[in-house]
Amino acid sequence: MTSDVIVNVENVSMRFLQASEKITTFKEYVIKRIKRKITYTEFWALSDVSFQVRSGEIFGVLGLNGAGKSTLLKILSGVLVPTTGNVEIHGNIAPLIELGAGFDPELTARENIFLNGATLGFGRKEMNAKFDEIVAFSELEEFLDVPIKNFSSGMYARLGFSIAISVNPEILIIDEVLSVGDFMFQQKCENKIKDMIDNGATVILVSHSIEQVRSLCSKGIVLERGRVVKSGNIDELCDFYYERYR
Amino acid sequence: MKKNDGVLDIWKYRELLWLLVVKDIKVKYKRSIVGVLWSLLNPLFTMLILTVVFKELFRFSIENFAAYVISGQVIFSFFFESTSLAMTSIYTSGQLIKKVYVPKPIFPVSKILYSMVNTLYSIVAVVLVCLFTGVTITISILASLLTIFYLMVFCIGVGLILCSIAVFLRDVEHIYGVLLTAWMYATPIIYPAEIMPDRFLFVLYCNPLFYFVSHFREGLLYHQFPSIELNLYCLIYSFIALICGIYIFNKRKNQFVLYI
Repeated sequence: MTSDVIVNVENVSMRFLQASEKITTFKEYVIKRIKRKITYTEFWALSDVSFQVRSGEIFGVLGLNGAGKSTLLKILSGVLVPTTGNVEIHGNIAPLIELGAGFDPELTARENIFLNGATLGFGRKEMNAKFDEIVAFSELEEFLDVPIKNFSSGMYARLGFSIAISVNPEILIIDEVLSVGDFMFQQKCENKIKDMIDNGATVILVSHSIEQVRSLCSKGIVLERGRVVKSGNIDELCDFYYERYR
Repeated sequence: MKKNDGVLDIWKYRELLWLLVVKDIKVKYKRSIVGVLWSLLNPLFTMLILTVVFKELFRFSIENFAAYVISGQVIFSFFFESTSLAMTSIYTSGQLIKKVYVPKPIFPVSKILYSMVNTLYSIVAVVLVCLFTGVTITISILASLLTIFYLMVFCIGVGLILCSIAVFLRDVEHIYGVLLTAWMYATPIIYPAEIMPDRFLFVLYCNPLFYFVSHFREGLLYHQFPSIELNLYCLIYSFIALICGIYIFNKRKNQFVLYI
């Protein structure tokens, strides 16, 4: 059954080249080149990572800081392009990685809804249709015409989350955003995500919280220094992770 | 869905392109008393200075010198402003590029379009100068709008090349600044093309801006549709620039995010 594979990650590796000294100008480049002083240290943030996520699955990615989780997410969301390997994604993807990443602090919440929609590839008409839903979910009716530089980080995240889920994504990428906002709103987000899952959405959840992953996910992988050290059923995975790092 | 920065992708993100252009325009005219008028006044003042200097001091024998200068200058400013802005557009948009996926050509292209809007305003100034100095405006001015289109394509190409380099080597900015000064003097903006000595004629002939400026003046000042030959030159330069731009940009774009 490969037909319902919605995210297919094949032998993905990501290499970062770190110049021993950062070269940013042409002058430096020429001088160093002549002196043969340009040396790079390679750093593989991900090596040979493969996994598949099926439609409707909630897929957990566990790993300590520096294991390559963020790099993997950036590759999935299209910000980074892997050095080698392939990523296939069949469907609309909503990365809830940095909520409100496309916001302009000088603009009001109302304007930012359209701007953020545009950075997701949606036009004014489409955003108009979703506008009320976004405002209602974010509970920010009173602050619509306030420049969002005056927003608290919680309000920021609420608006970002509301926009991201309003576009009916088939795949959600979540990077511990559930820990932002107050308790009530967290509950609301979790319920909303569960709703979307019931309606067939696929979720990739990245976390280092075992409890969160265990309660939500069905399958997953554990990353360590850019490699997949274990994959499979979530209970096994969590036990393994717990054993390994406690 | 594959994310590939292709043309279709830009079309999907056209709303973002539009918002970026509108935002730049708003920023430019915010908190300035005369607002939009700046795009008119700027070329007018420069034209006045140049006219005084070159007509009175150097005594160039060009008919309608004021209109001649301002028309050349508007074309060169479009090129100057749009490519300079496009050059820095990738790394000034770093915050966005690092966090969300957006087709990256959007950034340089938005700067070119913003600059084109300014240029269209400036053309109003050009027309005003023509009317005041007795150059009649005929239907052939439509050909001058065609010039703006050719030049836009050319600027997008050059902008794509410049921003691909500037991400990696920031001092390209300064090098380009010097180059632009030379380029300005190699283009007949304030002097007539005829005074170019024969042994330097090749400078004009391999300068794409020479063709754009000539094309622009044909319809505006000389009331005739530019020759097919001139149109072909403009078209060929535009598309060569565009193709090179797309090629270089595509080769480099995956690295951008690592350097901003």
